[in-house]
Amino acid sequence: MTNAATDMNAAPSPDSYVTADGRTIGGVVMEMKNITLRFGGVVAIKDISFDIREGEIRAIIGPNGAGKSSMLNVISGFYKPQEGDVFFHGEKRPLMKPYQVAQQGIARTFQNIALFDGMSVLDNIMTGRLNNMNASLISQAVWWGKAQKEEFENREKVEKVIDFLEIQAIRKTPVGRLPYGLKKRVELARALAAEPTLLLLDEPMAGMNVEEKEDMSRFILDVNDEFGTTIALIEHDMGVVMDLSDRVVVMDYGKKIGDGTPDEVRNNQDVIDAYLGVAHD
Amino acid sequence: MLYREAGDFKTSYAKDSQTFPIKLDRVGYWALMAVAFLVVPFFINDYWANAVFVPFLIYVIAALGLNILTGYAGQLSLGTGGFMAVGAYACYKLMTSFPEVSMIIHVLLAGGITALVGVMFGLPSLRIKGFYLAVATLAAQFFLVWLFNKVPWFYNYSASGQINAPERTVFGIIVTGPNTEAWAKYLFCLIFVVVLAWIARNLTRGMAGRKWMAIRDMDIAAEIIGVNPLKAKLTAFAVSSFFVGIAGALFFSIYLGAAEVGEAFGIQKSFLIVFMIIIGGLGSILGSFAGAAFMVLMPVLLKNILVGGMGWPTDLAAHLEFIIVGGLIVIFLIVEPHGLAQLWRLAKEKMRLWPFPH
Repeated sequence: MTNAATDMNAAPSPDSYVTADGRTIGGVVMEMKNITLRFGGVVAIKDISFDIREGEIRAIIGPNGAGKSSMLNVISGFYKPQEGDVFFHGEKRPLMKPYQVAQQGIARTFQNIALFDGMSVLDNIMTGRLNNMNASLISQAVWWGKAQKEEFENREKVEKVIDFLEIQAIRKTPVGRLPYGLKKRVELARALAAEPTLLLLDEPMAGMNVEEKEDMSRFILDVNDEFGTTIALIEHDMGVVMDLSDRVVVMDYGKKIGDGTPDEVRNNQDVIDAYLGVAHD
Repeated sequence: MLYREAGDFKTSYAKDSQTFPIKLDRVGYWALMAVAFLVVPFFINDYWANAVFVPFLIYVIAALGLNILTGYAGQLSLGTGGFMAVGAYACYKLMTSFPEVSMIIHVLLAGGITALVGVMFGLPSLRIKGFYLAVATLAAQFFLVWLFNKVPWFYNYSASGQINAPERTVFGIIVTGPNTEAWAKYLFCLIFVVVLAWIARNLTRGMAGRKWMAIRDMDIAAEIIGVNPLKAKLTAFAVSSFFVGIAGALFFSIYLGAAEVGEAFGIQKSFLIVFMIIIGGLGSILGSFAGAAFMVLMPVLLKNILVGGMGWPTDLAAHLEFIIVGGLIVIFLIVEPHGLAQLWRLAKEKMRLWPFPH
């Protein structure tokens, strides 16, 4: 979690700027160039380009079926676009398996919670650290040397995340027994445990009540603020999106129809048409 | 009242992640160990060794192996009998080729060879899942049994097609062959069980186990957070087959002494071990012990009660035994689908609150 922050200080990008609330937004971390994704005859994403800058909160919004989740799946390597390139830290990313993308420092949460139900909260969050643990199978089998050392070092990091998200009390509970709101929080914890440079959140507030949404918004802002993590999120609650994000991409039917600060997007005629419909005359 | 973690404060992560967090459990564990190693060997006779302890211990190893693959990593396998055969025949070939070498080395090498074979048959698991994988492992079962029947090199061209365990020693003590003492068989198997159960526990509480369970619970999410599915599944197959291979080697060399592959390692064996882990509890080390105990001890117990206690004819008792064991399996699965290990877990939770449950 400190990595992103120190990197940012070490190499201030020429086009970095400071936001109204005092956060420094750096250069481009991830750039999507002319991405097109097809499933057979269906075009899910049509020639979309946008970028994500270091330290910002970037929202992707759009009506249902606009291709937002597909876009997130392209970033996390789960879908392979037919056309276009993904640039990460300025370098073109070759075709990668999802686990290789995760090793590059991209973590994500899912729209329909994807926790491991049979494991405890602690074990779930510990899996988030798996890219930092590489003790051999033999060492793990005898629980000696590197495996044990690694286990406890990483446990300490995980405990910090647990403290940060205020889920100490449910540490040893099997995930299957938790209520929905807490599951969402545990999923965020698992993603955070990986100390990602880029965090992808797929509808982090879906199905939550106002209070839970406020909690979650606070956690997202804190993550961004304290660890300097770059965040890209998909969300349907417009109030949340407009309050949280620095810049917003708007998609509709697989095309990009708007991109800019929340205020710019709010006044964009195409966006208004997509959300409210157009009068045909 | 005694069974509490209250007042037993964990001050390090090592203490927090120990196997038995409650003191009474630790005391019980060491007491059991002391009895198993220091008391039982002095009282064991041939009947108890051959009918109860040795088969129980060997099936525990096989159940641990299958539980790692099916219970922890979620890969259903019906090839356990075939993999046990690989362990048995590897052990036989090693025993006859290198007579001077210690039996421990033979058994471990047999496990290693089975691990390689297991990885080979585990390769399809990357593409196929669930019941379809079970069918693929079923192919392994039939192929391996056929192979050991068909190729005479595996049974050293013996006329009967059987393999017979020659006399072999560990540190000068005879552990295989007809002259073996009951306590030697028992202790030899017990040492393997204790060490392998400890290894299984270590693997499943560490990162390897978490990767397996992640694949089991949600394979796509596991891959997206960074689990390499091929590697995780193949290590599960390797470790599981290592255990099963050792079980097969011991089953042949220590327990049976002589084996014919179709008879000893047929499809019934695969199902028997699947039943053990389902009844004992999937994804539980204790469950492997409980399941093996249930499937091995229940028939012996019933036989003793029906034939010995009530004086019924043997053939009637044998058939009743099938009915009762079958019925008990159904009842257990209805009462507690998560197996005996879950019953134990619930009992422990109740005990922690006893006698003030509110």
